[in-house]
Amino acid sequence: MSENLDQRNRRIIKKLVLTVAGMFVFAFAMVPLYNVLCDITGLNGKTNSAAITHVPEGMEADEDRSVLVQFVTRNDPHMPWLFEPMERSVRVHPGEIKAVNFRVRNDTDRDMISQAIPSLAPGLAASHFKKTQCFCFDQQPLAAHSEQVMPMIFYIDPSIPKHVTTITLSYTLFDITDRASGRAGEVAAR
Amino acid sequence: MADHHEHHAPTGLKRWLFSTNHKDIGSLYLWFSFIMFLIGGLLAMVIRTELLYPGMQVVDPDFFNQMTTTHGLIMVFGAVMPAFVGLANWMIPLMIGAPDMALPRMNNWSFWILPAAFAILVSSVLMSAFGPGHPQAPNFGWTFYAPLSTTYGPASTDFFILSVHMMGISSIMGAINVIVTVLNMRAPGMTMMKMPLFVWTWLITAFLLIAVMPVLAGAVTMMLTDRHFGTSFFNAAGGGDPVLFQHIFWFFGHPEVYIMILPAFGVVSAIIPTFARKPLFGYASMVYATGSIALLSFVVWAHHMFAVGMPLAGMLFFMYMTMLISVPTGVKVFNWVATMWRGSLTFELPMKWAIAFVILFTIGGLSGLMLAITPADIQYHDSYFVVAHFHYVLVSGAIFSMFAAVYYWLPKWTGVMYDKFWGEVHFWSSLLSVNLLFFPMHFVGLAGMPRRYADYALQFADYNFWISIGGFWFGISQLFLLWVLIKACFLKKGEKATAEVWENPEGLEWTVPSPAPFHTFDTPPVVK
Repeated sequence: MSENLDQRNRRIIKKLVLTVAGMFVFAFAMVPLYNVLCDITGLNGKTNSAAITHVPEGMEADEDRSVLVQFVTRNDPHMPWLFEPMERSVRVHPGEIKAVNFRVRNDTDRDMISQAIPSLAPGLAASHFKKTQCFCFDQQPLAAHSEQVMPMIFYIDPSIPKHVTTITLSYTLFDITDRASGRAGEVAAR
Repeated sequence: MADHHEHHAPTGLKRWLFSTNHKDIGSLYLWFSFIMFLIGGLLAMVIRTELLYPGMQVVDPDFFNQMTTTHGLIMVFGAVMPAFVGLANWMIPLMIGAPDMALPRMNNWSFWILPAAFAILVSSVLMSAFGPGHPQAPNFGWTFYAPLSTTYGPASTDFFILSVHMMGISSIMGAINVIVTVLNMRAPGMTMMKMPLFVWTWLITAFLLIAVMPVLAGAVTMMLTDRHFGTSFFNAAGGGDPVLFQHIFWFFGHPEVYIMILPAFGVVSAIIPTFARKPLFGYASMVYATGSIALLSFVVWAHHMFAVGMPLAGMLFFMYMTMLISVPTGVKVFNWVATMWRGSLTFELPMKWAIAFVILFTIGGLSGLMLAITPADIQYHDSYFVVAHFHYVLVSGAIFSMFAAVYYWLPKWTGVMYDKFWGEVHFWSSLLSVNLLFFPMHFVGLAGMPRRYADYALQFADYNFWISIGGFWFGISQLFLLWVLIKACFLKKGEKATAEVWENPEGLEWTVPSPAPFHTFDTPPVVK
């Protein structure tokens, strides 16, 4: 009887420990799940992180309406570069392909690498905002005391809901020099 | 069998350090949680002292934030959770007619991890208050949102992470023990649907613990690697997302609040029938309601994040799911009221606490329902209204049920009746002060006072003065309980308790003598 109980106990414990391990893994699985969900829904204003290579066949600019696209730039507190849009806002027709430029200047004495992270408001419009080229797709190195113009080319999908008349696209610029050069952890530890 | 009784338990320190006895470990858990309750309360006193008058007078804002953070952590993980685990240890074997918990050695381990975990956490507070240079204790709120706890977390965040890992391991082991005990150790004839409701609620709580404590462990592990090993789970610079932290945290956090309240439902469901002298109304519906609350708790987490922003469909989903929880909770409240209906009620202390629980918890539940309404929540979010809500459900909910449980089973544990006079003083004093403390928080919250600030706008001054008075009063009231406990547990003074203690109570725990002997149910009782 007692041995029997031990066996029964062990069977349940095994299942429970497996569940615990599974839930621990699930916590990490939430990271990719969340990203997929954000990509689908545009949650958090995530815009496409890789270039759109095929503009839909026969897409035409919808001359009847236009959307005001505003650009906001900000720096992470540890990022000393100058970072600004060359135009604060542009008015575009849905379906029209538009190029804009951003300027960065590294006034420090060292070569650095940056990464820009986009966020778009309202989040509902994020999946309709398509970038065919963006400096935010890649890490951007910049030598000490130099300047650079970074292009971003985009169009707004004509299927964007009619009530969206203004879109604000914000970029936050991060210094990832240490991270990119393999000295991991120093960014967080600062 | 006979020689089993003759083995001598070790005495002194060894008895407690090496104990594998569910009653001893239960007592350890209960005393530990009471000490943590007093420490957490002391931190709350610092908060209320600072907020007594507008302006800055006692502590600086950063220390104030450390107080709110550690108060929350200690109360949630140190006071409420271990208190219920202690209760489970003491009562589950007695209630299902088992000689002990199924895994006694693991039981010992899961308790003794806790003092170590909290020594680490509390040491960061002590160092901040008294240490050279006053290094900051965790100061990011008990919810430790990234990036406050990652990029901007003080060095002591790593103490916090280790401590949370340890308490998580302790809770998981405790939960495994409860599940195995309940599933395998029931006395012959004790079918699942004959188990006391306290055992049922704890079984379901244990499953919740198994499901979400590993997620919490995952969250703090990601924090740790973000801080020190160059990952970017929550760091936008590396492609991570701080909002993801909130999703992971609340996926743990919402079931966590039911972990803290389901055993309370079980306690109250044991006490009310005894003093209404009627069987519990709607036993089966209580079991199903508990199960549905537990299941629903996994699909409501984002109602903590309405202000963060999410698609309309998401907000609607989480709003409706949250409101749905009030259905099974309502079933419970109606069942308790129906149990009392036309019963021959008497109002001994446990019953007083239980009735106070039903009323005050319902107030907390209703404010929760208000918070569930998305457009209203945008207004209430992070205000004192939220503070009022969760203190009504946790203090006058979970903790009041703990008090009820202590008064109800104390004669069984110690063999003597509690001191009725000081018990009454404790009850009335706590009841009045807890409402003075938390009720006005609804008003200041609706008027716009945000939580987690060391100061407030002048128009909130009068309310905050009285809230603080209520806070000090409630704090002092708990010393009466300390005296009641010392008198019953250590001085053993008081009326001798009979085995039954109350008038004809239901349950196997009342068939063993009071105090419950060191070993009970060596021969399983037969349940008809």
